Amino acid sequence: MPTTTIAGHDVTVDDEGFMTVYDEWDEVTAKALAEAIGVDMTDEHWAVIRFLRDDFKAQGTTPTIRRVSTAGGVDTKRLFQLFPKKPAKKMAYIAGLPKPAGCV
Amino acid sequence: MTATQDLIVPSFDDEVETDRTLAIICSKGSLDMAYPGLILGNAALGEGVNVHLFFTFWGFDIITKGRMEHLKFSPVGNPAAHIPAALAPVPGMTSMATHMMHKSLDDLEIPEVPEFLEIIKASGAHVWACKLSADMNHLSEGDLWDGVDGIINATEFIEMTDGAQLLFI
Repeated sequence: MPTTTIAGHDVTVDDEGFMTVYDEWDEVTAKALAEAIGVDMTDEHWAVIRFLRDDFKAQGTTPTIRRVSTAGGVDTKRLFQLFPKKPAKKMAYIAGLPKPAGCV
Repeated sequence: MTATQDLIVPSFDDEVETDRTLAIICSKGSLDMAYPGLILGNAALGEGVNVHLFFTFWGFDIITKGRMEHLKFSPVGNPAAHIPAALAPVPGMTSMATHMMHKSLDDLEIPEVPEFLEIIKASGAHVWACKLSADMNHLSEGDLWDGVDGIINATEFIEMTDGAQLLFI
C-alpha cells in the first residue's frame, strides 16, 4: 500500500488513491481530497460526508447512493448535483472510505 | 510495498465530456427479468454514462401503472429456479415463488420496481415507451408511470441512441 501526504498528514491509500485506514481521516484531509477532485465543500456536502463516516463505522461497509438517500436523507438527484457524474465513488473518496461494494 | 509519493487522485474522468451511452431494451415483463435492466442501468448512471431505456412488448408492464407493482416470477420453464419441473405449474406456485423473490431482494436491500424506476430517473435516465406496445395494449401516456419521457417508435429509439452500446433484455 502506498502512503501519501495529504494536508500535512501521512495517509495510506490504495492504488487508485482511496484512503484505506479509517482513523487516518479528518476533516482537513477531506477538504484536501475534495479539492483534488474539484468538489467545493459546502455544509450540504459535509452533512453527506459525515453520514458516510458514521454509517461506515456502524455498518462496516460504505453506504451506496440508495442508502445515503434512504437512511441519510439526501435524495438521489441532489447527490448527483453535489458530487457530479460519479457520486458513489466521489463521496467515498472524500470520506476516506473504500468504494461501495453494493450494486444498488 | 510502501512508498511515499505525491497525492494519488483517482481518475473520475471529469475532464472528459463523456459521450458513452447505454441503450437498454427491456422486452420481458416478469419480475426476475425486470431487474437486470434496472440494475445495469443504475450502475451505468452511477458511472456517468448516459442511459436510455426502451420498454417494449412484455416489458411494457414494468412501466404500466397498475401492473408495475404486481410483476410475477414463474418457475415454469426455468430450470435455474431449481424447482422440480412437475411442481412448477402447480396452482399457487407462481405466487409463492414471487413472494420468495421479493423477500430475497428485500434482504439484499434491492428496491421494488416502482422505487427502482424513481431512483434511475432521479439519476438521469431517459425512459421511453414503445408505441407499438402501447397500441397493442390500448394504452396511452396517462396509463403509464409518470417518469416515462414519451411514447416513441422503434425508429426514433434507434435514431436517438446512435453510437450507443446496446443491451437487449
